[in-house]
Amino acid sequence: MSAILIIEQILNGLQFGVMLFLMAAGLTLIFGVMGLINLAHGSLYMIGAFAAAAVAGLTGSFLLALVAAMAAAAVAGVLVEVVVIRRLYATDHLDQVLATFALILIFSEGTRWMFGSFPLFLDIPDYLSGPVTLPGGIQYPLYRLVLIGAGLAVAAGLGLLITRTRIGIQIRAGENDREMIAALGVDISRLYTLIFMLGAALAGLAGALVGAIQSVQVGMGEPVLILAFVVIVIGGIGSIKGALVGALLVGLTDTLGGIFLPELFKLFTDPATATAAGASLASMAIYILMGAVLIWRPTGLFGARA
Amino acid sequence: MKLKSLIAASILGLTAGGALADGHGGIKVGMITTLSGGGAGLGIDVRDGFMLAIAQSGRTDIDVIIEDDQQKPDVAVQLADKMIQSDQVDVMTGIIWSNLAMAVVPSAVAQGKFYLSPNAGPSQLAGAGCHQNYFNVAWQNDNLHEAAGAYANTAGYANSFILAPNYPAGQDALTGYKRMYEGELAGEIFTELGQTDYAAEIAQIRASGADSVFFFLPGGMGISFLKQYADSGVDLPVVGPAFSFDQGILQAVGAAALGVVNTSQWSKDIDNPTNAAFVESFQAEYGRLPSLYASQGFDTANLLISALEVAAPADADAFRAALKAADFDSTRGDFAFGPNNHPIQDIYAREVIQEGDIFTNRIIGVALEDHGDVYAADCKM
Repeated sequence: MSAILIIEQILNGLQFGVMLFLMAAGLTLIFGVMGLINLAHGSLYMIGAFAAAAVAGLTGSFLLALVAAMAAAAVAGVLVEVVVIRRLYATDHLDQVLATFALILIFSEGTRWMFGSFPLFLDIPDYLSGPVTLPGGIQYPLYRLVLIGAGLAVAAGLGLLITRTRIGIQIRAGENDREMIAALGVDISRLYTLIFMLGAALAGLAGALVGAIQSVQVGMGEPVLILAFVVIVIGGIGSIKGALVGALLVGLTDTLGGIFLPELFKLFTDPATATAAGASLASMAIYILMGAVLIWRPTGLFGARA
Repeated sequence: MKLKSLIAASILGLTAGGALADGHGGIKVGMITTLSGGGAGLGIDVRDGFMLAIAQSGRTDIDVIIEDDQQKPDVAVQLADKMIQSDQVDVMTGIIWSNLAMAVVPSAVAQGKFYLSPNAGPSQLAGAGCHQNYFNVAWQNDNLHEAAGAYANTAGYANSFILAPNYPAGQDALTGYKRMYEGELAGEIFTELGQTDYAAEIAQIRASGADSVFFFLPGGMGISFLKQYADSGVDLPVVGPAFSFDQGILQAVGAAALGVVNTSQWSKDIDNPTNAAFVESFQAEYGRLPSLYASQGFDTANLLISALEVAAPADADAFRAALKAADFDSTRGDFAFGPNNHPIQDIYAREVIQEGDIFTNRIIGVALEDHGDVYAADCKM
């Protein structure tokens, strides 16, 4: 196992992590500020990817596709918030899970109705395709480097938004005490809609960015949703910093675990068993990580101490 | 009084006669297939191919009941119970996935129903678990992978890197490839089922020193892998079964698939009149090119119709013999059943090409001729 391979895998882990962060950021804000479990967050990711594929197909422009993805997901997010979610803030989590699960089914079958059952085509634009050679002779796809950069830029922007702006103050206040900031005259329902829109737009952006190197199909959001929940539980619910650290941890654990665990097992057993056992353990690795973090810190790495 | 009872009797007689005619002439077919969720494209193609053949036969006495299994074994079992017990179907078909077939087929054939598989061909049902009422019209699961291994030999590959998802069909795929392939293995990876990011695996391929890559990643997994592989700068030749190169998903992969060799028992350019007519009429009816799944649905329906010409399912022995004779014009050309009711057929190597705006396949050679399966030896009927 060469150093080049290890560095390449670390880059892969980072790239996976920052994309998870885009999903987890919205989820953690919505959960942290509004106390709402939104299972339909994965559907917003899918909407972003489908909108991007449709617009890229029509115009041929990847940038326009990204804008369309964010806009479509944001509009869907606002609609969902105003029509359905708003009625659920006061109810318990079970009702929220039930309603947002129904939304998953509605969005999935609605998307199938509009776009058909076959996966759509969305590709990397020419100017971002192909590998580049990094110092040390590492060949790495340019697009994945751009993903890492874009994800970190969004993380930085969100950090500034939360810590330096008036909206950010309101969001942080909302996490601490909802009733109190309403009493102080902040229009809480507008704040909720705004947060929901922001979270939805980020999910849509992630869907479009990732859709270009994966398959744009109905149901693409749900596997990511599960990982995003793992991320926010590890990072601490409501914390953007926690979401970033959690996402990078999950991304690196998942990627590096998949490489090194089978290699590790090969030291003890024959290659065929090692491959199968290593692959099985690797797919559990992030859940083991989550368990370990929760034993050490029950509210997550950056969660509010209860 | 007399007149009244006469009328009553004649009405009774009429209805009874009607019921009798219905019981003898009408055939009920139960189709359980996947019409929603991520795997819906396959089920829709099978259904459309099947219904096209029924429509073209001009027979109005075949009643096809179509239900969606949502790719869930428990749903498929419930639907099968309903079709057998309350709909009283004569013949069943449609299942796409091997795990669903394993849940439904053994009990359906044990209850005396005929099952014609348009897709799934798990090894269990080809070997010790074979049954005289179970006919597979597609392939045994290992077949296309074996053909890929045979193609790798003729192409001169000597150091393949192979990968598949970690589930039964994935393990069968690698077994099938290794059964025919004679070279060395540069690496062997099981990925997660449903995995969408293959950067880590591609990095391993790059570092492994392989001269070729074999992969079995059906549906969306294959789309993701091919797009990422094309973008990675690794340019080793790739070979795989047709499941990642069918007409439904090639458009989503785009230029990343160009030139990739894949193995299939069917291709739209197989040169026979049945196939030419099938491709043309499918396109006219549904506005898209057929996939191998559509051809399998079409062949399944034509096999059924050919057997119905000879005997009704109620006459089980004669109907079974008529099915076994496989006396129909297959889109694949020569088609026969082996001793375990699985196909003996040619498997082709195809290459992905671009025709205008459409990505499709072209045959470049025969990978395996008149190929059966290794499990037939274990089948005691």
